[in-house]
Amino acid sequence: MHWKAGENALRQANMAVLARASAEQLSALWAKAGLDAEHEMVRGPETGLVTVRGRIGGGGSPFNVGEATVTRATVRLATGAVGHAYALGRDKEKSRISAVIDALWQDETLRPKLTERILTPLARDLENADAAKCSETAATRVDFFTMVRGEDE
Amino acid sequence: MYVAVKGGEAAIRNAHKLLADRRRGDRSVPALRLDQIVEQLALGVDRVMAEGSLYDTELAALAITQARGDMIEAVFLVRAFRTTLPRFGYTCAADTAEMLVERRISATYKDLPGGQLLGPTFDYTHRLLEPELAAGIEPENAETRETSDEAMPRVTDILANEDLIESDGDVAQDKPVADISREPLEFPLQRDARLQALARGDEGFLLALAYSTQRGYARSHPFVGEIRIGEVDLELEVPELPFPVPLGRIRVTECQMVNQFKGSAKAPPQFTRGYGLVFGQSERKAMAMSLCDRALRATELGEDVVAAAQDEEFVISHSDNVQATGFVEHLKLPHYVDFQAELDLVRRMRAEAEARANDSEHWEAAE
Amino acid sequence: MTADLDGVGGAFAEPVFGAQATFRRIMDAMARPGTTQKLAALPKPPARLSPAAAAVALTLCDHETPVWMDTALTVAEPVAAWLGFHTGAPIARSPAEAHFAFVSNPAEMIALENFAQGSQEYPDRSATIVLQVDSFDGGERLELRGPGIRETAEIAPHPLPRHFVEQWKQNRARFPRGIDLILAGPSGVVGLPRSVRIEHGD
Repeated sequence: MHWKAGENALRQANMAVLARASAEQLSALWAKAGLDAEHEMVRGPETGLVTVRGRIGGGGSPFNVGEATVTRATVRLATGAVGHAYALGRDKEKSRISAVIDALWQDETLRPKLTERILTPLARDLENADAAKCSETAATRVDFFTMVRGEDE
Repeated sequence: MYVAVKGGEAAIRNAHKLLADRRRGDRSVPALRLDQIVEQLALGVDRVMAEGSLYDTELAALAITQARGDMIEAVFLVRAFRTTLPRFGYTCAADTAEMLVERRISATYKDLPGGQLLGPTFDYTHRLLEPELAAGIEPENAETRETSDEAMPRVTDILANEDLIESDGDVAQDKPVADISREPLEFPLQRDARLQALARGDEGFLLALAYSTQRGYARSHPFVGEIRIGEVDLELEVPELPFPVPLGRIRVTECQMVNQFKGSAKAPPQFTRGYGLVFGQSERKAMAMSLCDRALRATELGEDVVAAAQDEEFVISHSDNVQATGFVEHLKLPHYVDFQAELDLVRRMRAEAEARANDSEHWEAAE
Repeated sequence: MTADLDGVGGAFAEPVFGAQATFRRIMDAMARPGTTQKLAALPKPPARLSPAAAAVALTLCDHETPVWMDTALTVAEPVAAWLGFHTGAPIARSPAEAHFAFVSNPAEMIALENFAQGSQEYPDRSATIVLQVDSFDGGERLELRGPGIRETAEIAPHPLPRHFVEQWKQNRARFPRGIDLILAGPSGVVGLPRSVRIEHGD
């Protein structure tokens, strides 16, 4: 499949949102969106491992930190469009729905609906959660101040 | 001699049933749910994920429940489960500079860009038990404050500008990244293999070794350059897509230990570094890991290997608590025949020793 | 049976059972060199890659086993994508780097000595080569002896690499180093582990 560079970036961003979305919220939005399409499971949903890599000193050579569970799925729609999903964790239904969304998104006419009914609400909630967490962390920021030193008088 | 004996099936079956019963405990007390453990015993979950070397909060919580809170048993369960799953690949290296930071402190710079963020820490608590918790009183919501867009560079990158600190560690690029879960350990190890072993090593063991370096056994004059805890994005390259697939985020703890180094034939006087990176919120473990990492670089930096913490084979071979518990605990399994043989041997030696003693008495008496 | 065009369909209908059954057959083929082991579950790979060779790939290859393909398979674009998607196996940059090699045109094949032979310490770090053959009885008769064969066994696969018997003698001389062969025919697989001795039949 051949994609324009900008398309790839958009598709990747959507996959990032779907990967981080809560399974409950995704299922609920999906059920309400009424966009379900007939599809065959080409692969999975199946759970496996990825080995997580970090870098020595934060920016040096890579090393393996440990494993994480990942679930993935690949679907094919009746139109022939193939969709993929990968996400940390073991939720197979989330993986299946995410793969169908990825496949549907390749039809440009469906993008506005998918964005409006599913991707935007998910992204908004994720952003809000991040913002809330950041502002709680910010409240623990240390404001140093220097006491007046007597001998300077 | 090897003698097989059978028996005990009924006893074992009943013991496991009894274990299940005792695990549940008093039936009038509500059973724990996994989400309660994930949310409320989060640091225990993190420890099982780190030492079990598997990032999955729910599985770690299940393991803790099944192990009745025995953390090493829980780690063992997670490690065993891990072997049942296929491996999809290696993620792209996580970028800790891009972390969504939940805590970030430095003991070397007061006014560092991005600030010092204490986060949810036990530091500065009075370590007094709180009866309110026992009474089930709900805490207040956390305070909030406006966030700044200020970047949070790694402290080691700030020091690097002066060329007084060594750069991030590099190992030879001509070979693939070491993976101790695929290849047997071959000493001496490269630093990448050591860090992988330390990342899943036993927190208590590494803590004790780290402590030993502070008490003079391979002293390294350490400062915490930076500790940061937070979430990092993971991505995986897969053949079917032309870009790395985002997988979501995991929480990690990173520790940059900065060590004074007076220089050697191999390196100029500068600050050297030890590195720690651990799954979950595991500050003590990340600090211990970075101290051990630095101690284990003795040979590389031209230092004398004089203490346990610098002995790579000693540290890495004994840091894995699943291996350690397996070998120690196997001693309780039936060794009846071994022991019988030893018993015969000791009886014979005793008889011989007594015979010799009698002989010499006779001799002396005869004289 | 339709060839798969988007490079993602056509794996085992039951991935776990298909791979398990095929693994058993490959193991039997290697344990009893010269016997034809029928494969029950066959995938539907893109053209050029034979179903039996594809079954071997789905069973034995993963992201840790670099794969090398001959020119005919390399130019058949969906094959690499199909193997990549279903096994995760990376494409080897050279024959020497490959853990598995897939050869659709044995008659034009490069010499066996170009592939990883393993080391004295780690003879297992050698390549397993999957040769796609048209039949096990249409070529020159070969007489096999060695472990797993009571006295002698006979096969006549077609086509085979040039000077195959001589090449195999050299391979045998490198023991415990050396490559292993899996012949993938229309009806199943035949194993030729490095321990086998091959002579021209009468």
